[in-house]
Amino acid sequence: MKKIITVKALRTIFDKRVVHDGLDLSVEEGEIYGLLGPSGCGKTTLLREMVMLQKFDGGHVNIFGHDLGSINSTNAQELRRQWGVLFQAGALFSSLSVKDNIALPLREYTSLDEKMIEEIVKFKINLVGLNLRDGNLFPSQISGGMKKKAGLARALAMDPKLLFLDEPTSGLDPISAREFDSLILKLRDMLGLTIVMVSHDLQSIYDTLDKVAIIDNKKIAYEGGLDAISSSKSKFAQTFFKENI
Amino acid sequence: MTRSQLTITNSQEELVLSFFGEFTLYDIATRQKEIDALNVAACVATIDLSGLLFIDTSAAIFIDKLQDALISKNVTTSLLCDDSKINATLALVKKYKNNSENLATEEKLSVTEKIGKVIYDCFVGFLSFMHFIGKLFATKLHYLKNVKNMRFREIAFEINESGVKALGIIAITSFLIGVVVAYQSAYQLKIYGANIFIVDMLGISILRELAPLITAIVIAGRSGSAFTAQIGAMKITQELDAMETMGFDPYVFLVMPRILALMIVLPILIFVSDLLGIFGGMLVANVDLNITTQLFLDRFSEVVAVKHFFIGVAKGPFFAFLIASIGIYRGLRVKDDTQSIGFNTTKSVVESIFAVIVCDAVFSIAFTNLGI
Ligand SMILES: Nc1ncnc2c1ncn2[C@@H]1O[C@H](COP(=O)(O)OP(=O)(O)OP(=O)(O)O)[C@@H](O)[C@H]1O
Ligand SMILES: [Mg+2]
Repeated sequence: MKKIITVKALRTIFDKRVVHDGLDLSVEEGEIYGLLGPSGCGKTTLLREMVMLQKFDGGHVNIFGHDLGSINSTNAQELRRQWGVLFQAGALFSSLSVKDNIALPLREYTSLDEKMIEEIVKFKINLVGLNLRDGNLFPSQISGGMKKKAGLARALAMDPKLLFLDEPTSGLDPISAREFDSLILKLRDMLGLTIVMVSHDLQSIYDTLDKVAIIDNKKIAYEGGLDAISSSKSKFAQTFFKENI
Repeated sequence: MTRSQLTITNSQEELVLSFFGEFTLYDIATRQKEIDALNVAACVATIDLSGLLFIDTSAAIFIDKLQDALISKNVTTSLLCDDSKINATLALVKKYKNNSENLATEEKLSVTEKIGKVIYDCFVGFLSFMHFIGKLFATKLHYLKNVKNMRFREIAFEINESGVKALGIIAITSFLIGVVVAYQSAYQLKIYGANIFIVDMLGISILRELAPLITAIVIAGRSGSAFTAQIGAMKITQELDAMETMGFDPYVFLVMPRILALMIVLPILIFVSDLLGIFGGMLVANVDLNITTQLFLDRFSEVVAVKHFFIGVAKGPFFAFLIASIGIYRGLRVKDDTQSIGFNTTKSVVESIFAVIVCDAVFSIAFTNLGI
C-alpha cells in the first residue's frame, strides 16, 4: 500500500507549552485512520498542521509526496484541491446558501456550466442525507447536525482523494451518526477515499476505523488496528477501551 | 431548607464546635466569622458533625480547612460524625485536595515591566501590520497580473455596500458642515464688511480639506468597522480556515475586493461631499449675507482654482486604502473569542481615523512645501 501521509518527529509548541514532541505516524491509501486521545492532547492541532493551517516547530509532514515544511505555493494550491476538510462546526460560508456553499469550489475551479453544477450539487446533497429543500437555506437557518452534513457535502464537492474530518459524529443524533458512519464506509469503498478523522464516538470508532493512533503524552502511544489496542500501555487507551473489549 | 447552626463550647480544657442542620456554602461566611472571633486556649478540640443533616462540598472543604488550621496550631482535633453520606463527602474533599496543585497565579509585573510590555506589544503590533501590508502587496502584484482573477462581483457588491448606501449620510453630513462653517464665518466677515470672501473661504476649505476628511471619517466609522466585524466573525466561525483549506486565498476573496472597492468609491463620495458642502454654504451666504447664487458662482469660478478640487479628490484613494487595510487587518487579528470582535472593531475605527488625519497632515505639509 502506498503511504499518503507520513509525519516524522513532529514538534509543536504554543508559547512555552509543548503539545507534540517526536510524534510519528503514517497513513496508507484507502485507510480510514482515526486520531484518538484525551482532550487537549493536540488532535485538532495535528489535523490543522496536516492541512497547512498551522505551522509546526520541528519535524516533517509529508502528504502525497510533498513536504509541507518546504512546499511552494503552486504545489500547495495543487494539494489543497486534492483534499476536503470538515471542520468541527461545519464552517460554512455564512453569506452563501447551503447550495452555493457546495457549488463554490465547482464554480471557482472548473468551467462547468450552471446546469451541470446544479446536478452535482443535488447529488451531493442527497448523498449526505440532507433534504433538497434545505439547499436554499443559509447556514444560520439550519441546525448543527445539518451544518455538519452540509460541510461534508462541500468537502466532497470536488471528489477529493483525501478527507479530513474533525469529530464528524459529535453533535449528531444517534441515527444520523450511524448513517454518517455507513456513508463514510461507502465513500471509501466507492471512491477509494483515504480518510483521517478525529473521533470520540466509540461506536463510530469500532464501525469505521481501520487503524487508530492514540496521542498521549505528546507522542503516539499506540498505532495500529483496533484488535491489538488492549496491548497498548497508554492509560487513556486502557480506560477508553476497557469495558468494550 | 433548615439553615445550619453552630454551638460553641470554649473552655480552658476543650473546644467543642457542634454543627447542626444543613451546612451549605451560604452559611460558610457566618460560621467563619463565629470561629474567627474565638480565642482558643484549649489544646483539645472536637468538631461535632453528628447533628448535621447535610453537608455540601464547599462546606466540607471549610470543615477540612478548619481541622487543618486547628492541627497546625497544635490542637489535637477529632472529628465526630456517624452519617455515612457526610463522611463520604468529607472523604471526597480530602481525596481531591491533595492531588490538586496550586492554581497557576498570574505573574505580578512591576510598573516598569508593564510599560516595557506595552511598548513591546505596540512594536509587535506595528510589525504585524507591516507584515500584513507586505503580504497584501505581494498578493496584489500577483493578482493584478491577470484581469481574470479580479473578483468583479465582490467588488461591485462592496461598492454598493460601502459607497452607494453611504451616499445619504455623506450628503447630509457635508451639507450640515457647509452650513455650519458658512454660518460661523459669516458672522465674522460681516464685522469687516468682507461678505464676498466667504466664497474663497468655503471653496478652499471644503474642497481641499473638509470634504475629504469628513467623508473619510464617516466611511471609517461605517465601512471600517463593518470590515472588522465581518472578517472577525468569519474567523471565529472558521470560515477563513475553511477557505484556506479549499485553496481560496482570503486575500484575493475578501481583502482585495474590499480595498479596491473603497479606493474606487471614496473619491466619488468626496465629490458628492464637495457638492453638498458648497451648496450648504451657498444657502447660508444667500440668507445671511445676501450673496445671490449667481454672484456666489461667479466669484467661485473666479477665485477657487480647480487644483483644490483635484487635491481633495486625490486624497480619496489614499484614505480609502488606510481605512480598508486597517479595518481588514483588525478583522484578521480577531482571536477565537467574541470579546475580541468588539475590541478590534473599536481599535479599527480609532486607528483608521487617526491614520487618516496623520495622512492628511502629511499631505498638507507636502503640498504646501511643493507650492500646490
Ligand atoms: N492557538 C493556540 N494557542 C495556544 N495554545 C493552543 C492553541 N491551540 C491549541 N492550543 C493548545 O494545544 C493543546 C492541544 O489542543 P487541541 O485543540 O489540538 O486539542 P484536541 O486534542 O483537539 O482536544 P479536544 O479533544 O478537546 O478537541 C491544548 O493544550 C491547547 O490548550
Ligand atoms: Mg479538537
